[in-house]
Amino acid sequence: MAERQYDWKAIAKNPKFVELHHKKTAFLFGWWIFSCVYYFLLPIGAAYTPGLFKVKIIGVVNFGYIFALSQFFVSWGIALYYSHVANKDFDRLTRELIDELHL
Amino acid sequence: MTIKKIFIAASLALSVAAAAYAEEQKAPAAGAAPAMSAPAAQGAPAATAAAPAPNAAASVATPAPATPAPAKKELKTNRTITIGMFLVIIAITMGVVVWAAKQTKTASDFYAAGGGITGTQNGWAIAGDYMSAASFLGISGLISLYGYDGFMYSVGWLVAYITVLLIVAEPCRNAGKYTLGDILSFRTSPKPVRAFAAISTVAVSTFYLTAQMVGAGKLMALLIGIPYKLSIIGVGVLMVGYVVFGGMVATTWVQIIKAGLLMAGAFLLSFLVMIKAGFNPIGFFSTIVGSPEIQDHVSKLVLKDGVILSGMDAGQRFLEPGLYLKNPLDQISLGMALVLGTAGMPHILMRFFTVPTAQAARKSVIIAMFIIGGFYILTTLLGFGAAIHLTPQGITSVDPGGNMATLMLAQQMGADIAPIVGDLFLAFLCAVAFATILAVVSGLVLAASAAIAHDIYVNVIKDGHADQHEQVFAARITSFVVGACGIMIGLAAEKQNVAHLVALAFAVAASGNLPVVILSLFWRKFNTAGVISGLLVGTIASISLVMVSPNMTYPKVVAEGAKKVIVAMEKKQAALPAGQSLSEKDAKALAKAKVDAQQTGTSMVGLEKPLFTLKNPGLISIPLGFMAAILGALAFPSRRSEDMFDEVYVRQNTGLGMAKAVEH
Repeated sequence: MAERQYDWKAIAKNPKFVELHHKKTAFLFGWWIFSCVYYFLLPIGAAYTPGLFKVKIIGVVNFGYIFALSQFFVSWGIALYYSHVANKDFDRLTRELIDELHL
Repeated sequence: MTIKKIFIAASLALSVAAAAYAEEQKAPAAGAAPAMSAPAAQGAPAATAAAPAPNAAASVATPAPATPAPAKKELKTNRTITIGMFLVIIAITMGVVVWAAKQTKTASDFYAAGGGITGTQNGWAIAGDYMSAASFLGISGLISLYGYDGFMYSVGWLVAYITVLLIVAEPCRNAGKYTLGDILSFRTSPKPVRAFAAISTVAVSTFYLTAQMVGAGKLMALLIGIPYKLSIIGVGVLMVGYVVFGGMVATTWVQIIKAGLLMAGAFLLSFLVMIKAGFNPIGFFSTIVGSPEIQDHVSKLVLKDGVILSGMDAGQRFLEPGLYLKNPLDQISLGMALVLGTAGMPHILMRFFTVPTAQAARKSVIIAMFIIGGFYILTTLLGFGAAIHLTPQGITSVDPGGNMATLMLAQQMGADIAPIVGDLFLAFLCAVAFATILAVVSGLVLAASAAIAHDIYVNVIKDGHADQHEQVFAARITSFVVGACGIMIGLAAEKQNVAHLVALAFAVAASGNLPVVILSLFWRKFNTAGVISGLLVGTIASISLVMVSPNMTYPKVVAEGAKKVIVAMEKKQAALPAGQSLSEKDAKALAKAKVDAQQTGTSMVGLEKPLFTLKNPGLISIPLGFMAAILGALAFPSRRSEDMFDEVYVRQNTGLGMAKAVEH
């Protein structure tokens, strides 16, 4: 199949692409760092703040348990939020860029 | 079609020869099976995260499984029903293979299912590829014995997917074709980069595969009494069959079926547990805290650390951290390996080449995250449910590592309805464990053979000049050979402690593969030298740190611990009233310690004691891998790599030019 030639350098300088790149980078690395920090608080907290983890919140269920359980919901939340933003913004910008290039 | 006939003949020959070999070995293997230490291998992640350094004092408290204690109970499966269920699984998956084989004509079909898997299907397949028998049986076992720590341990396995989702899934779909080598060689010198990427892929897959194979053999022996060697060969022949004939299509569907079965089993069992708890989660946790058996179990656990707890305090302690994971640095190190390693696992990366677009790749990770996360939350219910209904004492009497907890729970919950339901449910979960093993090992074999056939053979040896027919043929031959090697390694490693290999696989993926993948996709100045130095340093650092870590056996350390046990036991003996002797368990521990105290010599690499105190090397090896990759690239700059960055970056963000990747 004859491959279509693209001027990659020109696309990389296209304002639409630059916008896409800035938005994506900030979003992806920002939320990735947030999720890492939130996750590592769990083993660090369990080891160094055992008093906090023992505080009972509902009945016998303590803070440590709720915090560990929250990891699941935070991860799912980030995933759904990313999906929302990507479907709405990133995919739209990509489509607009491709339309603009008449590809 | 002659090729197919050759393969069928070869597989038949292999299985017959293997069966004959196993038959020969049957007698000794059968004798050894009940006494083996399945817990260590099967609970792979469990053991790898174990905190305390090997000291014999701990082995007194947890009765050594080496000699079958008189009190040792066994999990009784109904062999007819169980084997029947296994045969059903084999029949269904074989049907899938026959169907898949008809559609596998090109290299793209073989490695990437022709890019024709949907996002939802791929999500289930990722979950099926990822959740091993160790997560299924090992984590619920950990929770049933150590409470909170087991739950905390499971969290990292889900959080790891955030990295996959945000950083690697879509760029890899847009920039890659079949393998890790494709992504890395885009703007570098393809030959050396592909060769190193293939070596790293094969290393990661082999470590993981070995742990899975050994675990599989021991589990089968435990569940249905098939000798270890025969189990390995059986699992191996099926795995080779799926991959050689059905390629990625069959592997994907085996993984989807397995994930469906696993979730169905986990849901059903959790439902039964929740019925017993009256669907009241708070009451469920109060039952745990109030259980006299759990209280007794916890007070014995904390007594080892010199803490005295009893009654409700001990019960509450079960819901607090620190009963099992005692070294925070090791925890953080393992967490890093999981969070970064999952995204560098070749068999996970490969799954993103099976979907047509970046959107589908995104959707598949999100679906996988819900399945995997949901599964781990259900695992909590199963683990705590097992602790309530079977008691930790009952669980350890069957298996000191707790790996049988879920299966015992299934039997009991079912038997409370009717005895036959218990047998059926147990048989069903055994079949799920079996399907789990098959799905995971098939994915690994496919990833390793893709690296060898596509990267080394087609692109390094044949310079990329191989027609579709030849590529598929090479892929099939390679899968056959890789699978056969997997069987051999599994047979040879029966007596080895393979528990640390899973953590090692994740550490190599996190320290070697992930840094170079991220830098290739996101850093303009990255180049050939960076890829090679990153892969080499990351891989070598992880492996060598494990070689000098407490994972290895240090005879002198063992002897020292044994001496302490002897002193303690002699004291205990002296404290007893005249005429009484030590309990049978203590007497055995003393006898074992006396033998161990004689041990002398050094570890595999000639050390008397560990040089590196962590069991998980990630904390050191991941930064080393990143540094080596960055320094290597800066030391040998390449104009061409920098110039081509725009192309890579536009491609990975937009998916432009991807048609080539799919149709090629």
